[in-house]
Amino acid sequence: MIKVTNLRKRFGDLVVLNGIDFEVKDGEVLTIIGPSGSGKSTLIRCLNFLERPDAGVIEIGGVRVDAEKCTNRDIRRLRLQTAMVFQNYNLFRNKTALQNVTEALVVVKKMPKKEAEELGMELLRQVGLEDKRDNYPATLSGGQQQRVSIARALALRPHAILLDEPTSSLDPELVSEVLQTIKKLAEMDTTMIIVTHEMDFARDVSDHVIFMADGNIVEQGPPSEVLDHPRHERTKQFLRSFHANRKR
Amino acid sequence: MGVNFDPLYIFELLPRIIRYIPITLLMAVLAMILAIAVGLMIALARNSKNRLLSAGAAVYISFFRAIPMLVQLFLIYYGLPQLFPVFTKMDAVTAAIIGFGFKQAAFLAEIFRAAFHSVDKGQMEASLTVGMTKVQAYRRIILPQAARNALPGTGNIFISLIKETSLAFTLGVVEIFAEAKMQAAESFRFFEAYLAVALIYWLLIIVYSYLQQKLENVLDRPYRS
Ligand SMILES: Nc1ncnc2c1ncn2[C@@H]1O[C@H](COP(=O)(O)OP(=O)(O)OP(=O)(O)O)[C@@H](O)[C@H]1O
Ligand SMILES: [Mg+2]
Repeated sequence: MIKVTNLRKRFGDLVVLNGIDFEVKDGEVLTIIGPSGSGKSTLIRCLNFLERPDAGVIEIGGVRVDAEKCTNRDIRRLRLQTAMVFQNYNLFRNKTALQNVTEALVVVKKMPKKEAEELGMELLRQVGLEDKRDNYPATLSGGQQQRVSIARALALRPHAILLDEPTSSLDPELVSEVLQTIKKLAEMDTTMIIVTHEMDFARDVSDHVIFMADGNIVEQGPPSEVLDHPRHERTKQFLRSFHANRKR
Repeated sequence: MGVNFDPLYIFELLPRIIRYIPITLLMAVLAMILAIAVGLMIALARNSKNRLLSAGAAVYISFFRAIPMLVQLFLIYYGLPQLFPVFTKMDAVTAAIIGFGFKQAAFLAEIFRAAFHSVDKGQMEASLTVGMTKVQAYRRIILPQAARNALPGTGNIFISLIKETSLAFTLGVVEIFAEAKMQAAESFRFFEAYLAVALIYWLLIIVYSYLQQKLENVLDRPYRS
């Protein structure tokens, strides 16, 4: 389970997260939507302390960290509870596809290399890239890179996977292969928090949707409510402009 | 009498000068190793969030970039023993290696710093999110990528070093340039002697450049699409 309480973050005078609270149960998928600059990336990056929150309590898979009093050790323990999938993949550029998946197993988990490679191959197979095991990221398409990064995220068997706009950098024809991969994870009851602009996908995979604006959660609930019958004017406006843009 | 130039004498000299290539290369290679080690520490200190470390590194870079190599060699070889008697025992080759190394460390530090900066920020973030410590991330992910970025600049420093070792003659080290000088003084064939040593420097640097190109090809392999 993930439980976030009163999460606050500001950059200088700009309040980016204004006391965020939410929960994700095990095996659930939470989708975060909202206009650009509303704080979605900051929120997801605070969960693994890529950004250090100013205040708030984050509890993931039994590790509880209070942002105002935590040590580097606490932060690393929290980080091990999650894995991250970035918008621009961030694969290790000096490592092959397989090494990208096994790197943390060997270095962090101290797993023997051979065992790590077997697990790595299994994960590459799961994302349909076993034949790319020895390719460096530079020789993979964006969609393939993102699928490797999903395999990398799965390798440590994290409690949850955080995905920040996993398809936004992809050419349109590559989006669906990545969404399919994520959907498969959702069907296997992987706990995920996804920031996305793919509304149909969000409706399809989410158990819960949060709509954010200006550092606040404006509205949350199941996709059938938030996406199809929003109650707040702000949400309606966002979804309207979204559909209008898409038709153009 | 025509032009006073005896090309055959060059061929006579070459083998004599070549015998001193090992000492030239020894100084260049050891100074390079020292420069890389010190330069790396200075680069990391310069990039550190600790103000004192960063300022100290900045002063180091500024000082060693500013003073002429000769002045620095004299400072180390003739100056230090005055302050610390232990340095009286230091031989000229060691003094030269230290002098070259510490100076080029300042230039390397700037090259390394730029190389670290050119590694995408996302590489560190990805390393941290899979649970690596910062040290692990630097060693396994950031450093290898920075090394490839730094290779051309670092190679230029090594080329400078090979040439700079000629200054060691001022401390009494006999390397290829000193040998050429002595041969010239003996035979009064200055042009031939200095041309011979010039050709040897040229050759050394051609060979080195070839090796570096090979290394660049290997290090580049992961990044070619
Ligand atoms: N490191 C930073 N320093 C200063 N301001 C920042 C920093 N990171 C983000 N911001 C600001 O915080 C606000 C929220 O940014 P964030 O990236 O979380 O938005 P977002 O909802 O993910 O937007 P998008 O949909 O465009 O990705 C923005 O106004 C942004 O300019
Ligand atoms: Mg964002």
